[in-house]
Amino acid sequence: MKHDRILLDHGSGGRASHDLITSLFLPQFDNEFLREMNDSAVMAIGGTKLAFSTDSYVVDPIFFPGGDIGSLAIHGTVNDLAMRGARPLYLSVGFIIEEGFPMADLKVIAGSMKNAAARAGVVIATGDTKVVPKGATDKVFINTAGIGIIDPDVNISGQNARPGDKIILSGTIADHGITILTCREGLQFDAPLKSDSAPLNTLVAEMLATSQKINVLRDPTRGGLATSLNEIAGQSRVGIRVHEETIPVRPEVQAACELLGIDPLYLANEGKLIACAAAQDAGKLIDIMHKNPYGQGACIIGEVISDHPGKVFMKTIIGGNRIVDMLTGEPLPRIC
Amino acid sequence: MKHLDEYRDPHLAGKLIDKIKALSHRPVRLMEVCGTHTVSIFRSGIRSLLPPDITLLSGPGCPVCVTATEEIDKFIKLGRQKDTIVATFGDLVRVPGSSSSLQKERADGADIRVVYSTFDALDIARRNPSRTVVFLAVGFETTAPTIAAAVKEAKKEGIDNFYIIPAHKIIPPAMEALLAGGELAIDGFICPGHVSVIIGADAYRPVADKYHIPCVVAGFEPVDILQTIYMLLSQIEEGKAAVDIQYRRAVNFTGNEKALALLSEVFKTCDAPWRGLGTIPDSGLRLKDNYRALDIETKFDLTVPRTQDHPGCSCGDILRGVKTPLDCVLYRKVCTPSNPYGPCMVSTEGTCAAYYKYHD
Repeated sequence: MKHDRILLDHGSGGRASHDLITSLFLPQFDNEFLREMNDSAVMAIGGTKLAFSTDSYVVDPIFFPGGDIGSLAIHGTVNDLAMRGARPLYLSVGFIIEEGFPMADLKVIAGSMKNAAARAGVVIATGDTKVVPKGATDKVFINTAGIGIIDPDVNISGQNARPGDKIILSGTIADHGITILTCREGLQFDAPLKSDSAPLNTLVAEMLATSQKINVLRDPTRGGLATSLNEIAGQSRVGIRVHEETIPVRPEVQAACELLGIDPLYLANEGKLIACAAAQDAGKLIDIMHKNPYGQGACIIGEVISDHPGKVFMKTIIGGNRIVDMLTGEPLPRIC
Repeated sequence: MKHLDEYRDPHLAGKLIDKIKALSHRPVRLMEVCGTHTVSIFRSGIRSLLPPDITLLSGPGCPVCVTATEEIDKFIKLGRQKDTIVATFGDLVRVPGSSSSLQKERADGADIRVVYSTFDALDIARRNPSRTVVFLAVGFETTAPTIAAAVKEAKKEGIDNFYIIPAHKIIPPAMEALLAGGELAIDGFICPGHVSVIIGADAYRPVADKYHIPCVVAGFEPVDILQTIYMLLSQIEEGKAAVDIQYRRAVNFTGNEKALALLSEVFKTCDAPWRGLGTIPDSGLRLKDNYRALDIETKFDLTVPRTQDHPGCSCGDILRGVKTPLDCVLYRKVCTPSNPYGPCMVSTEGTCAAYYKYHD
């Protein structure tokens, strides 16, 4: 069935989103920046290399364990800039607020954005506020855009993965996705789940100061680790092999995923990164990451290979082999 | 994770694979009849570890996949009724009917809500007394008892805007129908774990006795499945056709008495349409007369025209185990998870979706 309307799947960050962008938006807006399909565009202005990015936040619930829509909106754009190796500097913030939204909640969100910006070392330099009639939006949506500076010798892009690179993951996966999913459905677990929402720019700066051989950085947000690895494999025209036993998942997250029949590989992260870096630098990168609060769980989960370009393979815990595909639509809990 | 890691232990798995290899002397075809087994087999890469003589076939074990097109069309027609909220398990929203899907209907304004339990649907009914709330009762014996409990509760509380559309299926008659058809050549059944928790392993005795096919109830972890394959091979080697349980930590031979009592209080069996298998006698569940008023078809006329599946779609043959997705002309070329033609591509537990996602 071809789609004549937008479905929720088109916003899932998986294959349907990818198809929408490549079939509808890219043909209209086509240029060398968008064609790269990276988290931020990189451009030179007056001899300075800039990264420029934007993202909108529509998370429901707006307050969740580990953060809220405000801190998420700051961290998300800071991270998108950092994933090009940029130092994030200035952010814009746009609010779309539903009529009747409690002032007290808005104040909490603004305070949380202030703290998140201070922690990430960025300035909220411009903003916009719109209020729409009740029902025309859901509580509050936030858009942030940001710019950052990239050192001249830094060249990080989803297209740069090379066979032999090690794949480094900065910590446990699926924490944000499972927290939101269980909050939304009112599911309670003995061990509390918590979003990993965090700014990754200092971690990235420390990594860049340690190694000149980082080729790719990517924050595996919507669509999860599986989708990000597929994007890198596709953009760089390489194969990727990962080892299931090395991918860290908190036991409470694993338990919730088992219960709902959802694969943690496809759940969103908001404070984790994937790096592809030359094998000889992987050890020292892991060491430096372990010293940063947001990289303490850093580990090598696999390697880039020249065979099977565009595909991601997994060596399973019991030693079998299988393919890891992109997310197709919103993860749906199973019947039984 | 405790009680899970041991069933994913590479050392144990390795030992079982060696034992399976030692017993594998001739081509053997085993069929799993549970979508969760299908996914677990693919996710853990079991196929890549088995000797080439052992073929694993996926049977009609995904409740979404065996839901007939005309049933999906009924759900869609239901979503278009005025002042109606349709509550459903998540997997169903993407399944294509003959011209639409619940997902498309939702984009067109139908009030379709994904719930995790029938009791969530009952809550929606309590909160929306002026609207008709209908739960799409799709699934096997696993989910049927909670639906029976919700139906009972609705009646007890007098919640008169709560209904179900009964489309439940039961597994053993389908296994028999597969074998009675004659075209399916299999040597053993990997029997469903969750279903067997409810119905007990004795339910497979007719299959084992009448058709001389060994049946072993399996758990869902890689080590569970490997041990089940080993148990089946041992029986085949000895020429036995017994019913046995590998998943002993959850399943017994007689089933869950309470759940079975609840089922027989609320439901009675009826003939039911299975996608790809046609109508199978006594393989569905409908409400007993005492609860019949909660069947939405007593309120709305949901008759839909008879439908034809897409001419190239092989879902029926795949569910019967006579084809694999690789034999289908539509698979991967035009039928993909984002553009599914048949139900086996839609549900995450469908055979085609599992092949698409995990098969290189």
